[in-house]
Amino acid sequence: MARAVTPQKKALWTVLAWIVGLIIFFPILWIILTSFKTEATAIADPPVWFFFDWTTENYGIVQDRSDYFRFLWNSVILSVGSTAVGILIAVPAAWSMAFVPGRRTKDILMWMLSTKMLPAVGVLFPIVLIAKWLNMYDSYILLIGVLTLINLPIIVWMLYTYFKEIPVDILEAARMDGATLRSEILYILTPMAIPGIASTVLLNIILAWNEAFWTLNLTTVSAAPLTKFIASYSSPEGLFFAKLSAASTMAIAPILILGWFSQKQLVRGLTFGAVK
Amino acid sequence: MGRITLDKVTKRFGEVEVIPPLDLTIDDGEFVVFVGPSGCGKSTLLRLIAGLEDVSSGQIRIDGEDATQAPPAKRKLAMVFQSYALYPHMSVRKNIAFPLRMAGIDKAEQDRRIENAAKVLNLTDYLERRPGQLSGGQRQRVAIGRAIVREPAAFLFDEPLSNLDAALRVGMRLEISELHERLKTTMIYVTHDQVEAMTMADKIVVLRAGNIEQVGSPLTLYREPRNLFVAGFIGSPKMNLIDGAEAAKHGARTIGIRPEHIDVSPQAGTWEGTVGVSEHLGSDTFFHVHVDGMKEPITVRAGGEVGLHHGDKVYLTPQPERIHRFDDKGLRIA
Repeated sequence: MARAVTPQKKALWTVLAWIVGLIIFFPILWIILTSFKTEATAIADPPVWFFFDWTTENYGIVQDRSDYFRFLWNSVILSVGSTAVGILIAVPAAWSMAFVPGRRTKDILMWMLSTKMLPAVGVLFPIVLIAKWLNMYDSYILLIGVLTLINLPIIVWMLYTYFKEIPVDILEAARMDGATLRSEILYILTPMAIPGIASTVLLNIILAWNEAFWTLNLTTVSAAPLTKFIASYSSPEGLFFAKLSAASTMAIAPILILGWFSQKQLVRGLTFGAVK
Repeated sequence: MGRITLDKVTKRFGEVEVIPPLDLTIDDGEFVVFVGPSGCGKSTLLRLIAGLEDVSSGQIRIDGEDATQAPPAKRKLAMVFQSYALYPHMSVRKNIAFPLRMAGIDKAEQDRRIENAAKVLNLTDYLERRPGQLSGGQRQRVAIGRAIVREPAAFLFDEPLSNLDAALRVGMRLEISELHERLKTTMIYVTHDQVEAMTMADKIVVLRAGNIEQVGSPLTLYREPRNLFVAGFIGSPKMNLIDGAEAAKHGARTIGIRPEHIDVSPQAGTWEGTVGVSEHLGSDTFFHVHVDGMKEPITVRAGGEVGLHHGDKVYLTPQPERIHRFDDKGLRIA
């Protein structure tokens, strides 16, 4: 029997959902609003909401003082680069775990996940030392490597879950049809897993984009992404909320736009295989 | 060519031996059906031949060459799966072209073979569609098309008709038989349906728990089942198996008599009984007759218009030359 949904009930839930959504969105909204205020209105008490003299001077100052586009470019390189490397490693790994599992496959999956439970700061010192010793501190290669490694468990897990949904018959049919392992992965598995791979890619770009601990600690200038850009506004000259907000808005804008346009793909990917 | 030889092939999954040492020869051009109840190892055996499972010991030879360790791609065999296993992201044309593409066959030859297969299988109008837009029967034909374009040494069918509805199943059965007549290629066909086995096979291999119970032509299995299992498995409705005094009279532990080999009379006969359930098929009627002194009702096949009803008294007479006798190990007494 279908559950009866009265219009009143529906309206109630809609209002509740909007309230929860707005609470979650509020900090972002506040940052965006603040970025258009002067430093004085930014710290006004009681806070000013919408009726102030909107100004874009913060953006100009921020761009003048630090080269936004260089940080943006670094963020793009690090997030896309680490995701691409991660996918290249994770597709074969997830293939083998999903389709030719061994006795230890489940353990390996759990072990991979367990590395995410280690506090990152615990290995900060050795990694900084290794980076300096290899002369790679503040380099793309180091950062892409580190970001790949920290996100790899998630990429493997996500792909593994998607691959599990693909009927093994189809891969066996490809094998019977003369496909080598490479053609099987390239022409059959990957195209069938595109929705899953796409959402994995999107999610990992977002994770790598937002990653702050390692990007802050392993970069100075040349490989520094937007996280460093924001951080540079938070301390040295005391707190300038409006400029900090402008910097933050500029840093999150690209990812917000990416998320907005790909939300369908993301939701489809995250629920992939839930219904046949 | 497509001669396949299994030499002492075994398969173990961990500690469980699903195929004990097994020998079997399949001749070139034969239509061989592996039949048996679920879990009898018939699909595993097919997958061993296909190379989708590794054998635990023993040897598989295809056309005299040792193929035991060869990957599926190198065995020159084509397989049709129960689930069809079409590539959902490719059009019918690309599905059928896939094995040709993998074999590196040039585009013109690919097109020629695809057009050919499509014509044979009535798929010409559907070549540009995706598998998702086809009916079950059409999907199955695409799967067969994908198998035939390769011109393989042998075709392997893994319960290909199980997902089709009854009417379509009969049609596809005929199509596959016709295909075999035309191509004369070795076919190995796995099914649990003994009607499919009887109607299609040159040679039936009856399996139980990984063991071959009997190998023979459909009529050999029907006329001379080697043991009780085959006697009960082949034939529809099942052969009546009778123990006890009645069997002892024939010098056997168990006797078997098929429903179609029992004469029914309202007046006189060997066994006296009462009619229980009757199943009217139009052409035939199956009566379940409760005979005094026998535990199980006897199934009898009679003409379509025999006027017997529930509770009527009948006399049954088994045709003496059609009685199968089995010893206490369940083996046929010659």
